[in-house]
Amino acid sequence: MDNNKANSTTASDKLSAYRQPLAQGIRASIPIAVGYIPIAITFGLVAKSSGIPDYIALLMSFIVFAGASQFVGVSLIALGTNPWEIVLTTFILNLRHFLMTASLSMRIDPSVSKAWRYLIAFGVTDETFSVSSLQKEKLLSPFFIVALNMLAFLAWNAGTWVGIFLASGLPASLQASMGIALYAMFIGLLVPALKESRPVLLVVMISIGINSALSWMPLSAGLSAGWRIILSTVLAALTAAFIFPEGAGGSKNE
Amino acid sequence: MNELLLIVVGMALVTYIPRLVPLLMLGNKQMPQFLSTFLQFIPYAVLGALIFPGVLSSTGDTSSAIAGAAAAAVLALIRLNIMLVVLGGILGAFFWGVVF
Repeated sequence: MDNNKANSTTASDKLSAYRQPLAQGIRASIPIAVGYIPIAITFGLVAKSSGIPDYIALLMSFIVFAGASQFVGVSLIALGTNPWEIVLTTFILNLRHFLMTASLSMRIDPSVSKAWRYLIAFGVTDETFSVSSLQKEKLLSPFFIVALNMLAFLAWNAGTWVGIFLASGLPASLQASMGIALYAMFIGLLVPALKESRPVLLVVMISIGINSALSWMPLSAGLSAGWRIILSTVLAALTAAFIFPEGAGGSKNE
Repeated sequence: MNELLLIVVGMALVTYIPRLVPLLMLGNKQMPQFLSTFLQFIPYAVLGALIFPGVLSSTGDTSSAIAGAAAAAVLALIRLNIMLVVLGGILGAFFWGVVF
């Protein structure tokens, strides 16, 4: 890998060219990993208590690696839903990842190989995407993204194992409180940005407003959570892009 | 393959495809300004929609969920590390549930 790029960089440049983003990715991933463990434990507990075989829950964390999909999947399996409906619901729930990787793709150098892209794509979740896209650098190193994604992936899988094997041990009250972990993490990611940027505050308020309306109005009662999130996201981001064509502002946009 | 295995493999495929396609097809072609602004707003819009109103039913009890979310928001406002924000959220919801 030392001789397939421009000769203008020295070996030590090359070394730091991946060491630094790798370390940076791991550092940026620690809060995600810590946030994932209780959620993944909860997932393991929920799966086990829904009567899902252990290997199915473990396989889900290993090859699906998407919290919302997995929780929805387990609850639909437990309800005996038709397999195609489960897969379709998962697909709808995951359409938002299309928007995320489209956005992430703009932050990746065009020279980054397909193999990297296959690897990067697997680890894109709401959380890893949010942390990646909130980085100040315009272009993100694939080492950074993959390190970030993989640590989150490891934590997610470790947590699932722990959850399955803890299933009967935890007091019921603490199990319930852990459901907040995912949201606390979203709040922790979002609140600092709300403080810094008016356009961001507006887009979040619109999105929450639309999602609440869709959730509570009888007219849209048949809409799945996945579609509600897709609709709220697209409408809110469109509205904000019309009102603030110059973007979120602040250092990120320069 | 049994049915559960097929479901999980199907879920994995429909989760992976939307993650992969834009990374392979789009590259980083310069997007029209409007589209790029739109995409820039997406993570914030997604986070907003993911948080609310889903958070209200996250603990099985609306008031403890609000307590946990409020604890997390306060900790995030004073810019504590996100680990502490998550921990604060869990403990906030837990102690609210214990006390009330």
